[in-house]
This record gives sequence, structure tokens and C-alpha cells, in this order.
Amino acid sequence: MSKPTDLVQGTLDLLILKVIALEPMHGWAIAQRIHQISGEVLQVGQSALYPSLHKLEQNGWISSEWAVSDNNRRAKYYTLTKAGRKALEQETAQWERLAAAISLVVRAV
Amino acid sequence: MRFASILRLRLRSLFARSVVEQELDEELRFHLECQVEELIAAGMSAEQARREAHASVAGYEQRKEECRDMRGLNLLDNLAQDVHFAIRQLRKNLGFTSTAIFMLALGMCAAVAIFAFVDAALLKPLPYRDPSRLVGVYETVPMFPRSNLSYPDYLDWKKLNTVFASLDVYQRRGALLRTPAGLQVARGARVSDGFFRTLGISPVIGRDFYAGEDLPSAAHTALLSYGAWQQRYGGKNNAIGQTVELDGVPTTIIGVLPRDFHFPLAEPAEFWTTLHAASECDLRRSCHSIYGVARLKDGISLEAALSNVQAIAKQLEQQYPESNRNQGATLATLSDVIVGDIRAILLVALAGSGLLLLIAGVNIASLLLVRCESRRREIAVRSALGAGRIRLVRQFITEGFVLVATGSAMGLAAAYWTMQLLLKLIPADMLARMTFLLGLGLNFRVLVFASVIAALALGLYAITPTLRLSLADMREGLAEGSRGSAGMLWRRLGTKLVVVELATAVVLLVSAGLLGQSLYHLLRVNLGMQPDRLATIEVAAPKSGYDKEEQAVVLARSVLSHIANLPGVNSAGIASQLPVTSNGNTTWFRVMGRPHTGGHEEAPERQVSPTYFPTAGARLIRGRYFTEAEDKSRPPVAIINQAMAAQHFPNEDPVGKHIVYVSHVSEPIEIVGLIENIREGPLEAPVPPVLYIPFNRSPDRFFSVIVRTGQDEQLLLPALAAAVRNIDPDIVTKAAAMRDRIDDSPSAYLHRSSAWLVGGFAALALLLSIVGLYGVVAYSVSQRTREIGVRMAMGAQPASVYRLILKEAGWLTALGIVFGLGCAIAAATLMKGLLFGVRSWDLVTLAAVAAVLGAASLLASYIPARRAASVNPVEALRSE
Repeated sequence: MSKPTDLVQGTLDLLILKVIALEPMHGWAIAQRIHQISGEVLQVGQSALYPSLHKLEQNGWISSEWAVSDNNRRAKYYTLTKAGRKALEQETAQWERLAAAISLVVRAV
Repeated sequence: MRFASILRLRLRSLFARSVVEQELDEELRFHLECQVEELIAAGMSAEQARREAHASVAGYEQRKEECRDMRGLNLLDNLAQDVHFAIRQLRKNLGFTSTAIFMLALGMCAAVAIFAFVDAALLKPLPYRDPSRLVGVYETVPMFPRSNLSYPDYLDWKKLNTVFASLDVYQRRGALLRTPAGLQVARGARVSDGFFRTLGISPVIGRDFYAGEDLPSAAHTALLSYGAWQQRYGGKNNAIGQTVELDGVPTTIIGVLPRDFHFPLAEPAEFWTTLHAASECDLRRSCHSIYGVARLKDGISLEAALSNVQAIAKQLEQQYPESNRNQGATLATLSDVIVGDIRAILLVALAGSGLLLLIAGVNIASLLLVRCESRRREIAVRSALGAGRIRLVRQFITEGFVLVATGSAMGLAAAYWTMQLLLKLIPADMLARMTFLLGLGLNFRVLVFASVIAALALGLYAITPTLRLSLADMREGLAEGSRGSAGMLWRRLGTKLVVVELATAVVLLVSAGLLGQSLYHLLRVNLGMQPDRLATIEVAAPKSGYDKEEQAVVLARSVLSHIANLPGVNSAGIASQLPVTSNGNTTWFRVMGRPHTGGHEEAPERQVSPTYFPTAGARLIRGRYFTEAEDKSRPPVAIINQAMAAQHFPNEDPVGKHIVYVSHVSEPIEIVGLIENIREGPLEAPVPPVLYIPFNRSPDRFFSVIVRTGQDEQLLLPALAAAVRNIDPDIVTKAAAMRDRIDDSPSAYLHRSSAWLVGGFAALALLLSIVGLYGVVAYSVSQRTREIGVRMAMGAQPASVYRLILKEAGWLTALGIVFGLGCAIAAATLMKGLLFGVRSWDLVTLAAVAAVLGAASLLASYIPARRAASVNPVEALRSE
């Protein structure tokens, strides 16, 4: 999370981890939930969402399984793993530090 | 736990690729459908919603690609790309590629082919049960360190020893086999009853000899070799029980030995018969005719066994002083006995091929360095465009892999071909005895050896540029590349490599020179006779009709007169054994009128006809030749050689003196002639004292005839065989030119093959190292074009440019030669055993090698120097 280019990507990772920390969800639901919680500000397109999900899974932070969705169709549900929970804590702390720092700078100027 | 699941996922991504792809597709489709449903719920028509959703997910395939990337699937695709790119790079630079592949293939070919021989002869265990416990058992006398046992001695050793689980004996024999097509020579061996049990071999069909089957009272039986069974009996089971006539004795075939059974010390063998020790020689304790092979008891070391048999020999010496005086005992591991002769030459060849491989490797390394220098800009650009260091290294490894794979495949194919070629170069007679070479091939061990070379090569190909990469800063590469000066690394390392290369070439050249001189001396050693225009024919007459001595005398006379009547024959003579065969067939004698010293005087004895010495072209120093009338009815006479005169009659005239056989002390033998030394034994062995007696006094149905002719002796050979067969079609003959016999004799062959092999390596080494030097100098010139241009613009003359370049090359060459000469003397000292008539620090060879290499180096550096001197300063300054 140190390189500036990773900022956007890393932020999305944080959002995903946070959202599925509550319950296992499939990709569409994750996007919807982020949209809702952010007060309909953040629109996560699948272009960013799915690569991010696959990377997190490859990292071992989330795991996936196929299950039947609310509308009775097979969907891939993502769950936070133990490692993922730890990563979430770190990412959150990191984000809060960063956000505070940025807002300090923004206000000061 | 986490790593395990990650690993599982990665593996799944790699190997269950289609499943992963399908899931990816399904997941993305689900998302799309959810979106469509939402849009419909928001009031859109189904058709409109679908179009809208699809539009929002522009780049469906790119999504999938991104997800694949995240899963690391692209690793494989990248690899394929790398390989593709590597091949393109290599094809773009065909000169470099083909040189690098050729070098590796050449080095690989030489090393693998020679290693395959080393493997077959030295590494592969002998095909017997627990072969490391098998030993060869010998008596020993000053003249023959590994001498045969006599049958009575064998029985005593067998009875008295406490160290052998079993002790058995064998004796090579050639028997006359009656076939529908007439008599043929069937090679084989007579062995004691437990011979095959000692080796741990049992027949594939039929039975082994039972205990006691080697006694004279037992019926005559024989085991067939697998080859003889296939060739003579078509591999049919009914061969068992058949009776064949061997040397006139009806013999029953009782079994067939395994296909992979060979016993090189008695090969080529078709019939294995038992001893049936009943002949005069078998019963006489002083007649040494059989070799022992024993299996050590468990826990007994070779040293312990040796001291035991030596004690037995001592005991027998006291018990039978007449026959066993000075008869010691010695043991050697069976593998030592079988491959001892060729071990030295194989190791020298292996070292030679190793040095060649080293030169090839050094050449490759310096090629790679040059290539690295010229690729610095490419590498710098690629890394500036975002290629990570790992990615770059991977590219080098991939390129190296492509080169090594191609080079190795070519090298292995060439090695296989070379092995077949080398086998063909071994004389058939020798090859038949080297049965261990039947296992020659690209077997597991050889392939492992080849892969080690390939791995080392890959390391070299991959590490050299990588090393270069880490040593130099990328940006510097970009900058310096634009200036185009010779890289520092190159200066530091590349030139040193050439010194190593030249020094190695010197070692090989000196070795080849010394071995070549040895061969030259060996083939021109003073034989004491004239081998040119001399034909020989060995005659073997069957027992029936020729067993009595009078019959043999009549046969010999008849053979001589038939041959003498052939057109083109000047003269012909008979000897019991041809020169340059062996120093064996010795007898014990004493000089009459001398106090008995206690030891045995032993000398090879040859029975010769009166015409033998004049025909051979031997020089009679004193006295006379034998006469035709000198047979059993006349007083015994002998002719001795110079060596015997020097040893027993120093400073006196031996002619007229008398000697006696130890076995017949009451019968004095008068010395009637003194002959110049004829080399009876191996070419490199000193000539021992030799005793010649008249053939007619001790005739035999096996003898050899030498024929002096004025024409090409090869043309005479068929006529000789026909003339002897005319007398009796049952007589078996083998005709050959004396020159061929000498050239094909084992010692000549060993020296020739080592000289040729090392000579071949040396020639290649010379070529490679000169190419290497040329490469170094040429590259240096190309890198210094600007500098030279500046110098010339400042007024430097072409001569000084020449001097500049040649000085650099001269230094490298001088360093390489001096360093190499030092190593060469050390190497030559190591292979002293293979040298004959030349010292390991032969100044002529050393000087010649230095001159050859110096001249070649001068030539190799002159070409680039000329290019440098003809540089146009204006162009040089403008270039780049």
C-alpha cells in the first residue's frame, strides 16, 4: 500500500473487505452494498470489482464458494478469511492515517 | 494454512484452467443478469435493459483477462511469449546463436561420447553376482607379474586357502569344431567345475557343470554361449543334449549361458568346456597354463587374502623347490584385471574431452559477455520502459534455455554417432574381447552426466548476462551505450578468459604431441627384423593325423615347400609363435659350468625352422643358423639373442657354450648362434633373453609361417591360405600381413587410439581458442574504433596502430602459452605411463606447440589489426 499508484486499487480492496466482513456476498451484492453505504456516491463497476476480488482471493484474504442466491441462481459468494480479517484491520488503520493526513493538508491550504 | 490454501488456488488456476475459465464466465454473466433485472425493475423493457447492461460492461473479455492476470494465469502465457521472443532474438543474431549452439554441441559431444566409454568400461559393475568380491588369482615371477597357475598348484591353493569362498580356474582355448562345412576354429575356454557358480551365473536353459565334472573320468560336456546358441543352433532348445566334436573329442552340450554373460578374459568364447586335466602340461607342476578367479569370503579384505595366498606360495616353494622356486602369489580385483589396460587411455581421453569442454565453455562465456555489451542499450531501454529486473533475468534464462536445449540435443545426437564411430575404429579382434563395451550407449548414467553439463551450461548462459546486469547500473548502460566505449567488465574479465583458453589449448596440444611422438617411436621401434613385404599365416592342424611329432614335421615341410612354390615368394620360415605377440611360453635353463645361483633363469623359447631368421630379415651376429637335419636324433642346439648374451655371457663369446633345461639337466645344449634382438613381446616392453631351438626337435601341429615376398604381401594372403588348404582341407589357417599384425597389436592400438583421440581434441582446442582470441581482438578493435580514429587524426601512423593491437594480443598469447606450458608439463608427468621413447618435458614438443600457437595467434590478431589500421579517422569520429 506504499506506492501511490496502488491508492485507488487499495481503497477498493479495503471497501470489499469491509463489506464482506459482515456476511458472505456475491460480486453484484458487494457492488450494490458499497453503492448503498456510501450514500450512492461510490459506483463500483465490474471492471474494477472482479479483478480485485480475484486478487484478494489469490492473496488468501477472501475465499469463495458457489451457492444459490436470493433469486434462485448459482452465484459465487465471497467470505472473509482469518488472514483477510487481519488485513482488514491493517488496511483500516492505514486508511484512517492516510485520510486524516490528507484532510489535514487539504484544510491547511 | 494460508499458504496451503494459496498454493491450492494457484495450482487450481494452473491445472484446472478450463474450470476456472468457466467459473469466471459464469460469475461475470451472473453480474450482468443482476444488472439487467435491476434495470427492468427500474422500468426498462427487457430488450432495452439487456442492451444497456451490455454497454455498461464494455470490454467483457478484457475483464476476464484482468481476472486471469490476478490469478497468475499469465505466467504461462508470458513464458510462451518469452520463448517466442528469445527465438526471435536468437534468429536475429544468427552468427552468435549458431556459434553458441555449435560450441555447446561440440563440447557436449566429446564429453558425453568419452564418458559413455568410461561408464561402460569403468563405472558399470561387472555383470556377475556381487562383482566387487571377485578377484583374479595369479602366481608371480620376476618376468611376469601376473603369471598363470599350474594345475597342481591350483589344487593345492584351493585346498589350503582360508580366504576364498571358492577358487576356480579358466584357460582360453581355440578348438577345432567339426561342422557340415568342414573344420572350423571354435573359440572357447576350459574351466573348472565351479567356475560359473563362483561368478554367480547360471545357465538360462540346461544345467551348470556339476562338482567333479572337470575330472578326467567325467564325460566331456560343454556349455554354449548365448551367441553361439543363436548362431550355430538357431536358438532351438534341442541344442541341449546334442553331441559335437571339439578337437576330435565328442562333447555333449548341456546348457546355454545367459545373453548378457560375457567373460572378457576368455572372449570371444563359444564353447565352455571343463578342464579334464590329463595332458602332460596339466600334470606337471612347472607348466603354468591356467588363470584363477576367486570369490572372497565375507569380511575378508583383499590384503588379508593376499597374505594368505602368499603364505601358501611360500609353503609350496619349500615343498617343491624344483618347480616352485621364486613362484610368488598375487591378487587383483577382477575389474582391475579386465579393464586395467584401457583405464589409463580412457582417463586421458576423459581429461582431454573435459578440457575441450572447458574451452567451449570459456568461448561461450566470452561470446555472452560480448553480446551483453552490445545489448546494454536494449536492456536499458527495456528496463526504462518498465521491465522489472526479474522479468529481464527471466528473459535471459529463457534465451539460455533455448540455446542449451538446442545445443544439448545436437550434442547428444552427435555423441551417439561419435560412439558408433569410435567403436568401429577398434580392431575387431580387440573389440571381441572388450565385451563390456556391449553396454555402450546413452544409458541413464550417461544422460545424467549430459544433464549436468546442460545444467552447467544453462547456468553459464543465464548467469553471465545476469551478473552483468547487476554489476552495471541501468542508467549508466543507457548512457554509456550511447558513447559506445569498451565496457569495463569486458576489459576485466573477457580478456582473462582467453588466457585460460589458450593455456588449455597448450595442454592439449602438448599432450597430443607427446602421445603422437610415442606412437611414432613405438611403430618405428627396432624390431630386429624387416616387417615390410612379409606375409604371415598361422596354421592349426587337427589332432587326428597330426598329433605325433613326426607327422607335424612332415606337415611343416610340406607347408613350406607348397608355399615356396607359389609365385612371388622369395623365402618362407616357420616359428612356433610370431614376433610382437607375447613374451610368454618360457622355459627354465641354466648355464653349464656356472655355480647355481638358486633362482630360475627364465626365458621365452621359440621353435624355428632353419629358414626363419633369413626370411624374417634378422641379423646373425655370430655362429650359424639351424640345419634341416637337426631334430631329436641329433645333439641339441640353440640360438640365443643379444639380451641373453648380455645377461649371461657378458664380455665373452656365447657360441660354443652350453646350457641345460632345468627339467633335463643331463642333456647339454650347445649354443650355435647369436642373433640380434627380435621383439617377441609387446612393442614397448624391453626384449628379454630369448632362446631359439630347431622346430624339428620340438615340432607341433600349431605353428606360424612367415613368407618374404617381393610384391605386395596383401595380395599373397589368399594364395597362402589356399596352398595350406590344398594339403588338407581340415587345416585351419589365418593369414595376415606382418605390418598389420604389428599395427593391430594391443600396445600399438592403445597408443594409437590415445594419440588420435587427444590429437583430435587438441586440433579442435586449437581451432576454438584461436577463434576465441580472434573474437576478443576483433571485439576490442570494434570497441576502440573511435579511439583509434582519434589517434590517427592526431597523427598516429598505421604501424603504431598495428603495434597497439598486436601488443594487446601478444600479451594475452604469451601469458596463455607460458601458463599452458607449465600446466602441460604437469599433465604430461601424470600420463607418463602412456609415453614411450619421449620425456614428459620434451623440449622439441614444447617449442613446437609454442610456435604453432604463437603463429596462429598472430594470424588471428593480424586480421583485426589490419582492420584497425585501415580505419578512416573521419568516419571513425563520425560513427555513433
